[in-house]
Amino acid sequence: MKSAVLVFPGSNCDRDLAVAIREVTGRDPAMVWHRDSELPVGTDFVAIPGGFSYGDYLRSGAMAARSPIMRAVGDAAARGVPVLGICNGFQVLTEAGLLPGALMRNAGLHFVCRPVALRVENSQSIFTNGYAAGEQITIPVAHHDGNYQADPETLDRLEGDGRVAFRYMGPVNGSARNIAGILNVSGNVLGMMPHPERALEAAHGNTEGRRLFEGLLDAVA
Amino acid sequence: MKARVFVTLKPGVLDPQGKAIHHALEGLGFSGVSDVRAGKLIELDLADGTSDEDIEAMCRKLLANTVIENFKIEKQAA
Repeated sequence: MKSAVLVFPGSNCDRDLAVAIREVTGRDPAMVWHRDSELPVGTDFVAIPGGFSYGDYLRSGAMAARSPIMRAVGDAAARGVPVLGICNGFQVLTEAGLLPGALMRNAGLHFVCRPVALRVENSQSIFTNGYAAGEQITIPVAHHDGNYQADPETLDRLEGDGRVAFRYMGPVNGSARNIAGILNVSGNVLGMMPHPERALEAAHGNTEGRRLFEGLLDAVA
Repeated sequence: MKARVFVTLKPGVLDPQGKAIHHALEGLGFSGVSDVRAGKLIELDLADGTSDEDIEAMCRKLLANTVIENFKIEKQAA
């Protein structure tokens, strides 16, 4: 698998994500700077890391979503290349219009930083095939703007089409229907607030994020 | 030419920031505030003759996230 990790000014999980990808795929991802306008030739997985791109100016992910590299990511996504956005990456994907809805300030106003219980709602996608449907896993979250909102019709469509990938087991940030991660229509773009790259090795205290990367590797390779 | 763009949360969208400001006002002893909603004011200094369509496109493409926000453009004389 030939992976690319995007790097924006203010990204801070890009190296964690690179380590996770190397651990699982055995290959270093290309680190792609936001001002580049092309992904490396042959890229078959794009990961958008967490952090505070552009200092969260205007809205979280708003500036990053309009950076040159995101046009290339949009083209790649349209060709079916898997794109995973974690935390700020999820915010970037919604701002870029690659996923519906928006991520707003947490309802409780607090920055939430703790392991949270999630239910795997869709185990059929290229990202979630390593899990069983309905399985409960624990993955850390660390965010201030994770409150997922969309209009009721969009939420119904997401639910009806099996595009809710992960759901919090209880309220975390005020997200509509406790949504923690969603897929695009074609199932090749996943945005999620929890950080699977932070639950990869025994030293993390939990390795339940590892199967996301392993499942993707299986699906792509 | 100058234009001011007011970006506000759509009605019905929860505004935690406005809620916190509301609580703080109550904490300061101000009574009679029934609700607070926070938004943004963006001032644009524009070339003369910039079309209304262009300003509106700026709002739609970047300044506001129309999933959750409304915007209002107020043009000012130079």
